[in-house]
Amino acid sequence: MPEVQEAPAQSQVTKKEGRFFVRFTRAQRVMHAVLFSTFLGLAATGLPLRFSESIWARRLASDVGGFGAILFFHKLCAIVLTIAFLLHVKDIFTRGIMNREKGIFWGATSMVANWKDAKDLFAHFRYFLGLGPKPKFERYAYWEKFDYWAVFWGMMVIGFSGYAMWFAPFFAHFLPGWALNAVLVIHSEEGLLAILFIFSIHFVNTHLRPGSFPMDMVIFTGVESEEEFKHKRTVEYERLAAQGKLESRLGEKPASWLVNFGRVIGTTAIVIGLVLLVLTLTAYFGE
Amino acid sequence: MFPGRLAAQTDCLACHADKGFQDAAGHNISVDGDTFGQSIHGSLGCNACHADIKSYPHPDKIAKVKCDTCHTSQASDLSGSVHSNSAEHPCTSCHGDAHSIFPKSDKRSAVYPLNVPKTCGNCHGQDGMAQKHGLPTVFPSYEDSIHGSALTKEGLLVAANCNSCHGSHHILSRKNPQSPTAKANIPETCGKCHAGITAHYFEGVHGKAIAAGKMSAPVCSDCHTAHAIEQPTAAGFRMQSTPICGSCHKDKFSTYRDTFHSQLGALGGYVETARCWDCHEAHDVRPKSDPHSPVNQANLVATCGKCHAGANVSFVQYQPHANARVRKLNPALYFVRLFMNLLLIGVLTFFVIHTVLWLIRARYDLSKKSANGGPHA
Repeated sequence: MPEVQEAPAQSQVTKKEGRFFVRFTRAQRVMHAVLFSTFLGLAATGLPLRFSESIWARRLASDVGGFGAILFFHKLCAIVLTIAFLLHVKDIFTRGIMNREKGIFWGATSMVANWKDAKDLFAHFRYFLGLGPKPKFERYAYWEKFDYWAVFWGMMVIGFSGYAMWFAPFFAHFLPGWALNAVLVIHSEEGLLAILFIFSIHFVNTHLRPGSFPMDMVIFTGVESEEEFKHKRTVEYERLAAQGKLESRLGEKPASWLVNFGRVIGTTAIVIGLVLLVLTLTAYFGE
Repeated sequence: MFPGRLAAQTDCLACHADKGFQDAAGHNISVDGDTFGQSIHGSLGCNACHADIKSYPHPDKIAKVKCDTCHTSQASDLSGSVHSNSAEHPCTSCHGDAHSIFPKSDKRSAVYPLNVPKTCGNCHGQDGMAQKHGLPTVFPSYEDSIHGSALTKEGLLVAANCNSCHGSHHILSRKNPQSPTAKANIPETCGKCHAGITAHYFEGVHGKAIAAGKMSAPVCSDCHTAHAIEQPTAAGFRMQSTPICGSCHKDKFSTYRDTFHSQLGALGGYVETARCWDCHEAHDVRPKSDPHSPVNQANLVATCGKCHAGANVSFVQYQPHANARVRKLNPALYFVRLFMNLLLIGVLTFFVIHTVLWLIRARYDLSKKSANGGPHA
C-alpha cells in the first residue's frame, strides 16, 4: 500500500513522547475490516463443506439451517469480498496509472518486493539464529508484503475457481471439461492454505508475537506511537525525518472508544480464527 | 324371541347369552348371539363346530374346536408355514374371537386389509411374540413407511399390507426359495403392484443379474428396505441413499464423496444435489456403453442438463467420479492437486519455521530487555 497522503497535519502535540503517526487511512482500515469479516465468514461456511464428513461440520450445518443456508452465506461473503477486491484494484489503477502517483508500483513504499526484502529476509533469519543484528524495515516488511500478495493471489485463485463452480455451465463455454474437476481441488486446497496461513502465520507474525501481543492495534486505530513507529519501521522513520516529512504524517492519539472497539472486534476475530484453525486441523488429521 | 336365529343356537344361548357365564375353571364362556348371528359362521348351528356336544346337559369339558374340519386347504397351507405350531398360532390369533369372525371384506374382520398390520403387529410389534423368536420388530417400521401410512392414515385399501407380500396362511421364511419374500422372488412380489417399475428393473443390469441367478445384485428391498420404505423423492431417503449404492460400489462411492455433489449432500438440508440414481437411473441402471443409459456419452448433456441449465458438451466432460489421487486416471487433475499440495506444504513449512524462530528470538530479547522495560522488542 502506498504512502499515506491525506494524513491530517496536526502538530498540536508538543511533547515528543506523546506523538502519534498515521500508518493506515480510514479507507484502508475499513478495507481490512471488510476483508477479515468476509474471510471469517467464508472460512466458517467453507470449512464445513471441505470437511463435510466431520461431526462438527454436520452440527454446524444443521444449526444454521442446513447447507442451503451455508451456501447462501458463503456466496454473500464472496460477493462482498469480490466488490472490495475490485475497488482495491480500481484504486491502485487510478492512483498508479491514471494519476501517476509515485511509490505505487516501485520504491520504498510500494507493495512490490525489491532487493531490500530479500536482504531483510536473509538478515532476519541471521538475527533469529543470533548471527547478526535485527534488520531495519521500511514501510512494509517482507512478511507484510507476502501477506498482501498471498491474499491478492488467493483472492484471484479462490475467487475465479469459486465463480467457475457457481456458474459452471457458463464457464464451460471456454474451459475444458477437466477444469471443472480441477476448480474444486484448487478452491478447496487454496482455501485451506489461506485459512491455515492467516489463522496461524499472519496472526502470530502480526498480532500475537511478543511486541505486538495480543494484537497490533494500528490496523484498527490507524495510528501508532512515535516509539513504535521508530522501532518497527526504522528505515521509513529515518527516511521521513531526513526528508523533513515526518510532520506530514502526524496523527492524533486514538480515542479510547476506538481503541476499546478495535480490541473487542480484533479479539473476536482472532478467537474465531483460532477456533476455526483447531477445527480445521482436527478434521484434516482426522480424515 | 330372536327372529332368524337357529333353533340350535337358541337352545345354547339360553345359558351362554349370560355375559357373566363362566365354566368351572373361571373362563368366560358367554357368546354374544347378535354378533355371532351376523358373523360369517352365523348360519351354522353351535354343534357344527362344537361337534362333540350332542345333547343337553353336556359334559363340563368339551373338545377343542377343529377349524380344519371344514377349512382343509387353509389348514394344510398353515401346517407348511412358519406359523405351523398350532399351539402358538391358533386360527383365532389372526381371525380374532371365534364367535365374531367376519369375511375379510368386512371392516369388522381382523383380517380386513386396513386391520391386517395391527393384527400381525400383535405378535410382530414391540415386545411381541416374534421378538422372543429373535425376529425383528417390523410393525413400527411398517406403520411409518409409505405403505403403512397410506394404509392407516389414508385408508388406502390397495396399499400393501402384510399379506400383500407375505401371503396369509402359507407364510414362508425368506430363506425358503418358495417364499414370495425370498430374494429371487422379491421383484415379482413387488411387481404385483409396481408392474411398470419391475419391468424397468428387469431391463437394467441389476434385474438382468438377478434373472441370471446372480444373487449379489440388489433387489427392491436392498435399496428400499422391506418394511421401512420411504417416499424415494423425500429428503430422508435422499440423504441416506448414496451409501446404499456405495455398500457395493465402494470405489465409485469413494470418488463421489470427493465431489461437490457429495459435499453439499452430506451436510443435510440440501437434498437437491445429484445422488447416484439422478444420473444412473434407479431401476433401469444400464452400463455406460448402452445407448439407452443416461450416462452414455450421447445422453450426458440431457442428463446433466436436468439440474444444470445450459450444460453443454464441454460442461459434461466434468467427471463426477474423478480420482485426483491416481495419475493414470486423471493426469491433469493429479498434477493440479500435486501442485496445490506442494504449494500448501511449502508455504506453511517455510513460514512455520520462520515464525517459530522469530518467536523464540523475540522471547529471548524480551527476557533480556525486561529489566529495562522496552515494550517493542
